[in-house]
Amino acid sequence: MRWVLAFLLAVLGASAAAQDALPPAPYAYKQLDDPVLEAEATALMETLRCLRCQSQSINDSDAPMAGDMRHQVRSRILAGEEPKEVRAWLIERYGDYVSYQPEVSSTTWPLFAVPIALVLIVLLVLLRRLGLRRKTGDS
Amino acid sequence: MIAELGLAALWLSAALAVLQMVSGALGLKIGDQRLAAFAAYARPAAVVQAFLAVLSFGMLLWAFAITDLSIKLVATNSHSMKPFIYKLTGTWGNHEGSMLLWVAVLALSGGLLAGLERRLKERTMNATLAVQGFVALGFYAFLLLSSNPFERLPVPAFEGSGLNPLLQDIGLAIHPPTLYIGYVGLSVAFSLAMGALITKQVTPDFAKVMRPWVLFAWVFLTLGITAGSYWAYYELGWGGWWFWDPVENASLMPWLAATALLHSVSVLAARDALRTWTIMLGVLAFSMSMLGTFLVRSGVLTSVHAFAVDPERGTFILVLLGLYIGGSLAIFAVRAGSIAEGKRFSATSREGALVFNNVMLSAILAIVLLGTLYPLLTEAFDVRVSVGPPYFNPAGAIFAIPMFIVMAIGPLLRWKSDKPVRIKLELIILALIVVGAIVLIAVLGDYPVLPVLGLALAAALGVAAFLPLRGRKISRTPLATWGMITAHFGVAVSLFGMATESAFTQERLAAVAPGSTEELAGWTVTLDGVDPVAGPNWTAIEARLSASRGGEEATLLNPQARNFWAPSQATSESALITRWDGQLYAVIGDTAGLDADGNQRWQLRIWWKPFVTFIWYGGLLISLGGILAIIGRVRVDLRRRKAVQLGNERRADKALLDQAATPPRAEPEPV
Repeated sequence: MRWVLAFLLAVLGASAAAQDALPPAPYAYKQLDDPVLEAEATALMETLRCLRCQSQSINDSDAPMAGDMRHQVRSRILAGEEPKEVRAWLIERYGDYVSYQPEVSSTTWPLFAVPIALVLIVLLVLLRRLGLRRKTGDS
Repeated sequence: MIAELGLAALWLSAALAVLQMVSGALGLKIGDQRLAAFAAYARPAAVVQAFLAVLSFGMLLWAFAITDLSIKLVATNSHSMKPFIYKLTGTWGNHEGSMLLWVAVLALSGGLLAGLERRLKERTMNATLAVQGFVALGFYAFLLLSSNPFERLPVPAFEGSGLNPLLQDIGLAIHPPTLYIGYVGLSVAFSLAMGALITKQVTPDFAKVMRPWVLFAWVFLTLGITAGSYWAYYELGWGGWWFWDPVENASLMPWLAATALLHSVSVLAARDALRTWTIMLGVLAFSMSMLGTFLVRSGVLTSVHAFAVDPERGTFILVLLGLYIGGSLAIFAVRAGSIAEGKRFSATSREGALVFNNVMLSAILAIVLLGTLYPLLTEAFDVRVSVGPPYFNPAGAIFAIPMFIVMAIGPLLRWKSDKPVRIKLELIILALIVVGAIVLIAVLGDYPVLPVLGLALAAALGVAAFLPLRGRKISRTPLATWGMITAHFGVAVSLFGMATESAFTQERLAAVAPGSTEELAGWTVTLDGVDPVAGPNWTAIEARLSASRGGEEATLLNPQARNFWAPSQATSESALITRWDGQLYAVIGDTAGLDADGNQRWQLRIWWKPFVTFIWYGGLLISLGGILAIIGRVRVDLRRRKAVQLGNERRADKALLDQAATPPRAEPEPV
């Protein structure tokens, strides 16, 4: 049993070593020194999708690609870019799919039109069910 | 033999579902006595069916317990070396097994309804059982025709291929069964609603029959969502507790509908108002349950929950979904006109507040539904869109904030009609709390709008929850009222947890070598060392951390990065320290190169999450409130039933006495 364990640990170590061969980008696992900028970066990273994962944000993923994207976000924020600009740059590079915050566009307009319609419907329903009652009083 | 027995039981259950459906439907024919006599079979069919379906599930459980590798499902989802408890929970950790659980719970609740419920008019009961049989039949067909859990392998496998390691957790033992009981409990509410609609018996008596079922399903849904959220929180190792993932939304949507239904059915029971509204919500709640099952089971979503990647199954459930939802809506459209709206009420009344919040809940449901389905819809046209927290949070808040405000005030209002002036004092107190909390937080620092509003509303709701007790004798307050108070207070507690977690969480991400120390939110965390460890079916890198705060004795933390070998997958096991005011959450990651002295460094991620536990304490309180309400209602019902029975007996006795006394009196008295 012990040699099985030793073998597995060796395999494990080897795979870890293989990952070390290509070190993660500097800011993949390192926070920015300025807490304000780091907070900005974290807020942004929480709303960006890790494209290689299944519904995870890049902030929550251990995938190498997510690490690269975190590095991109942190270094761009450090360079003085606004979170909005970084998001726009990432969308331009990877498409709408990368952003969990849909922007109004030809493909996403129903996401914004429907809630507005919903507010109107809700007002209408409430007026019908509650508003009229007040006028007619109790029967 | 086990598999064959299970399969036979399942086929027999399906046959009994047909009997239940046909005899229940024949029972609706009043004109023909011979046909109507068939109705007598509906109840026994449901009861025996429940027994057989549960037996069938028991057989599968048994096959998993002994790891019968000649059964395909066991061979593909289990492993002889797995811990015993996960062999058992593995029964529902896959598509076929979880659908069998679904069906077993469906049959069981149908059997309970048929066996226990005696208050409902016989005709309505027949219609209800017919609908229940019809629903069950569809799912039996789904299991038997496209996902047979008992399929044998031509040659037994030498070893099973194991269970997804993420699912090898005690959370899985609890989460899916509770959620399924909730989903499926709503099927009874649905069948009752349909039965009442078909026989035009939408009355307060019907609502009183329906209410415990709705409450019951709702309690389990609440528990299921709470457990699922905590599972995602500590098992996925990302520190988040709600991701607006489609699978989570699939469980949230029935909960929202059930919450609205619960309040609506209470109005119907107490005030004979909101008749069509209640029926509509009954249909909506179960539709959302089926939609949730479809989303999770069909494989349209790629996530840990989606085990089925077979489009045939997806189509099957979609057809069932269309049949049931479409059919019920058609009946609703035909019959709704013949049901009067019920008693009227003014806008400023408890009914008014409940209607307002039901509309808000439905609107939130619509937002969640849109955000969940829209990406799937666009994907069909090869346009990929992501909808996540930045969309759901503000869009949901548009309706959630007014809802919380009305929720604080509603229970203080009187039924039918009330004047806001009467509760002026309470209104002023609540307004002061909201404003005070907002000002206080604004002084403390600069935080996002939604968490601040959440905190203020949570404070007001926490106080408002207890205000209905004002002017009441505590000892004489009915249990159901205590249930409402507990559940509403639970919402406040949960909201408080969510708001503090999102506003005040602190995170530290660092590459540390053994011996070095990190500081976070008053905590001192030292990495003592990193060791390889092994479990029954995994190996791991385990960090030894000691964490302390304010000079107290250090607590040890052992987060692990695990590698499972059957199937091969890496998971991150977080380590937590729970304090009354929050949790310290630690995760160990990969190696991170060497430090200046040549020591190996490791990725360490620590969070301090203030009051995060309140989210789940709140969930538990909400469920407890539901349980109290069930006990209270059932107790009152039983007492009333006993009183009615006693009254009938006395009346019968009196009649007998009268009868016995009358004849002598009628005779002329001898002089």
